[in-house]
Amino acid sequence: MLKIGVFVCWCGSNIAGTVDVKAVVEAVKAEPGVVFSTDYQYMCSEGGQSAIRQAIKEYELGGVVICACSPRMHETTFRKAAEAAGLNPYMVEIANIREHCSWIHKDKEEATEKAVVLCRAAIAKLNLNKPLFPGESGVVKRALVIGGGIAGIQTALDIADAGYEVDIVEKSPTIGGRMAQLDKTFPTLDCAACILTPKMVEAAAHEKIRLFTYSEVEEVSGYVGSFRVKIRQKARSVNRELCNGCGECIVKCPSKTASNAFDEGLSKRSAIYIPFAQAVPNLPVIDREACLRFQTGKCGLCEIACSAKAIDYEQEDETITEEYGAIVLATGYRPMSLDRYDEFQYSQSPDVLTSLEFERILNASGPTGGSLLRLSNGEKPKSIVFIQCVGSRSDDGCGKSYCSKICCMYTAKQAMLVKDKYPDIDVTVFYIDVRTPGKNFDEFYRRAAEAYGVRYVKGMVGKVAEWKGRLQVQAVDLLEDKQLLIDADMVVLAAAIEPDPGARKIGAMLAVNMDQNDFFTEAHPKLRPVESPTAGVFLSGMCQGPKDIPETVAQAGAAAVKVLGLLSKDKLVGNPCVAISDETLCNGCSSCEALCPYDAITFEEKQVMVQGRRETRRVAMVNETMCQGCGACTVACPSGAMDLKGFTNRQIMAEVDAICR
Amino acid sequence: MPMSTESQVQANAPAKAPTNAPANAPANTLINTPGNEEKDGKAFRPLIVSFCCNWCSYAGADLAGSSRLTYPADVKIIRVPCSCRINPLFILRAFQRGADGVIVNGCHPGDCHYSTGNFYTRRRMALLFSMLDFLGIEKERTRVEWVSAAEGARFASVMREFVEQIRRLGENKKLGDIRCKE
Amino acid sequence: MSPVRSEPAEIVTEMSGVNPRKCMRCGKCSATCPSFSKIDIPPHRFVMMVENGEIEALLSSQLLWKCLSCFACVERCPRGVEPSKLVEAVRLLQIRGQGKNYRTPDDVPQFVEADEEIPQQLITSTLRKYSK
Repeated sequence: MLKIGVFVCWCGSNIAGTVDVKAVVEAVKAEPGVVFSTDYQYMCSEGGQSAIRQAIKEYELGGVVICACSPRMHETTFRKAAEAAGLNPYMVEIANIREHCSWIHKDKEEATEKAVVLCRAAIAKLNLNKPLFPGESGVVKRALVIGGGIAGIQTALDIADAGYEVDIVEKSPTIGGRMAQLDKTFPTLDCAACILTPKMVEAAAHEKIRLFTYSEVEEVSGYVGSFRVKIRQKARSVNRELCNGCGECIVKCPSKTASNAFDEGLSKRSAIYIPFAQAVPNLPVIDREACLRFQTGKCGLCEIACSAKAIDYEQEDETITEEYGAIVLATGYRPMSLDRYDEFQYSQSPDVLTSLEFERILNASGPTGGSLLRLSNGEKPKSIVFIQCVGSRSDDGCGKSYCSKICCMYTAKQAMLVKDKYPDIDVTVFYIDVRTPGKNFDEFYRRAAEAYGVRYVKGMVGKVAEWKGRLQVQAVDLLEDKQLLIDADMVVLAAAIEPDPGARKIGAMLAVNMDQNDFFTEAHPKLRPVESPTAGVFLSGMCQGPKDIPETVAQAGAAAVKVLGLLSKDKLVGNPCVAISDETLCNGCSSCEALCPYDAITFEEKQVMVQGRRETRRVAMVNETMCQGCGACTVACPSGAMDLKGFTNRQIMAEVDAICR
Repeated sequence: MPMSTESQVQANAPAKAPTNAPANAPANTLINTPGNEEKDGKAFRPLIVSFCCNWCSYAGADLAGSSRLTYPADVKIIRVPCSCRINPLFILRAFQRGADGVIVNGCHPGDCHYSTGNFYTRRRMALLFSMLDFLGIEKERTRVEWVSAAEGARFASVMREFVEQIRRLGENKKLGDIRCKE
Repeated sequence: MSPVRSEPAEIVTEMSGVNPRKCMRCGKCSATCPSFSKIDIPPHRFVMMVENGEIEALLSSQLLWKCLSCFACVERCPRGVEPSKLVEAVRLLQIRGQGKNYRTPDDVPQFVEADEEIPQQLITSTLRKYSK
């Protein structure tokens, strides 16, 4: 029988003040297996730990029970102490007689009695403990970043600079993401392209970084340290090696009516196109939906125009499979659709724009070449109204419950840019609250109001109506309790942001949770903000929650550090408290496989000895690296074959029995 | 009703700890509380097993402790990795061995450390509880509660309320296994 | 029957099923209100006053009879507060305070000033009997 030592901690007066520790020491002496029991002022102190080590050696203990504080506090401490004395660390059980006993009870006798019961339960469990040995697994020294916006680029650069290989998978034909669409960035009014494109070029030129643009992640298997990822490279119909990016094909393309997504649909582009001038890679792609050659079979002008013979109409999607040690999600965001906000005339009037569309109008490479013009008639506007919180902070079923965080600042920026170029334009911003926490943020907003004369009105806009070729904005000034009617030429809506819809599919592949708004859930909202709950998967940028560019870049660096911490290890030590299947009992029903959140259970045809006979059976196998030890499978198993090490059926039953004795 | 508890404990105590009578004495008098028992069962102290998942509810119970929020000592907590580790058999076993109430605590739905564990718990327990009446246990003796790691106050109030509920129900005797009572 | 029990604000929220605490003071209700120029208390202030328990002042307000019950504020409110339902509840509270449970057409002129441009909808809304 297992020789057990029981150690009861006083925790100063924290435990000893309410629990008669001596009585506990005496009460457990007769428990099965207990050969030694003692008490000590502070078990977690060096003195206490050395008492444990000595007792283990002196009494040849096979297991120890520590009656002390919560195992969440000092379980690791005591396991290490036991290990130092040659005991398997999993032969330590903690009876929590502080948080669950002495601190919540006042009556000393009552608390002592409960402490004894808790200690008995721990002894009963320990009697059934088995030494456990954590498994080890290797680490593939390469990372995958999904999403090639500023978040993904920064994460990849930081990882690559530390000397590890990184692949970026980006679904669109170029990296750069949303930031590439912006004109200027707050609060310093740097040109977005000027600060972003060097990073894009650096990523493309980095010897440790590979770019998979116009590609999507199709399948993920494996686990932390060794993910297997299937990447589909969509056919560009342009040969990557031969193309020199001269752009002659784009000039010659006769089909120029496709909607230009880079301009938020405000302009048209040709069927063969490069999304924008600084795109990386500088490689055209044929939009097969818009291409005359693909739709009617008659054309081929780009092929004729291409002196490098790079056009390849026969090109097909390619699928490659790669292995990675870590994966970073940087899938980004988009402005939400405003279909359900008809009171602002968004779908009816071309002069009502979202902020991102307005950003394109302000941008020199945008649909108007940087001139501020009304899209309805090409005239210069005299009055512009900005409406904040469109779809954000809503509880009405069509919007988002959260604050999109960036709108106050980009609205101030856009208002300032307008006023800077055209001081004669009246600019009015309707706000509910102006939220500008951030370094130099509030100063920036005040500058828009004070130095540039942007009119800030506290209140919401009720409706926008077209009236005699202009837009009539009906709003309220809450500070004056007045309803306002303003004639405007353009209305800009600060649409709420939402996670990119593609994130859901990727989240499902990686078993990363999403919150009710489809943002990825972090492992801990405060202490592990860049780690997902799935080991080896990290979060970078907007896909985790609304954030501006400085925050995104900071988080991207943080995610990179977490990746590097993982990649720099040669071996990963697992949690030994994982599920284990008894193959002689398993009937191969697959109940466990269906509900495992980590896909850790597979089935195999295996030779099994049953009552002295050799049989081939379909039995469950648990991958110990993937299993996180939740135990869902143990309850689902109809034949009782599945059990959880460290929390076996018999152990928990023994605890129940000890408590109910 | 109170007599069976008393005889059970008295029968067990000497058998298990014959040499430690003096040390065990205070504990025994406590359990028996002979003075109170005669008063028409008013001092009935239920035995309650509280299963807590490691990540939310156990931490919530820890927080209740570190915040010094009291709840009756009748509640004894068993730690499990996830509420989905709780086999319905554990609950039946507890009742069979004389528990008066069993409460299952997990993370709030959607917050499970293992993503989906508490969804299984919710379904399994709904099914189990629906059958308890047929097994001779009032289903009010069981409950599933979601307690997060931040809800120490909630953990304490849920425990107080549950203990009060079980006190009103009285002793669980319907499924009492006579073999356990000697 | 006494119309004003101990907590009139509670009665109003109970009758209307509206939680005025959800209001985040954006003012979209007032921005959208078509009879804003005719009313003494704008809808957003009406909601605030219910939240603050100032029902007494609301019972004598012109808004009760000038609200068209067009429900534009209900439709547009981003927080789902439904100000118009609160107005109806207070209106009903006022009517019940007179010992009635509805208005007759004869009552209408004393609430709605003689005005040839009175919209039909306003007369209907004055007579409206809240069904909850």
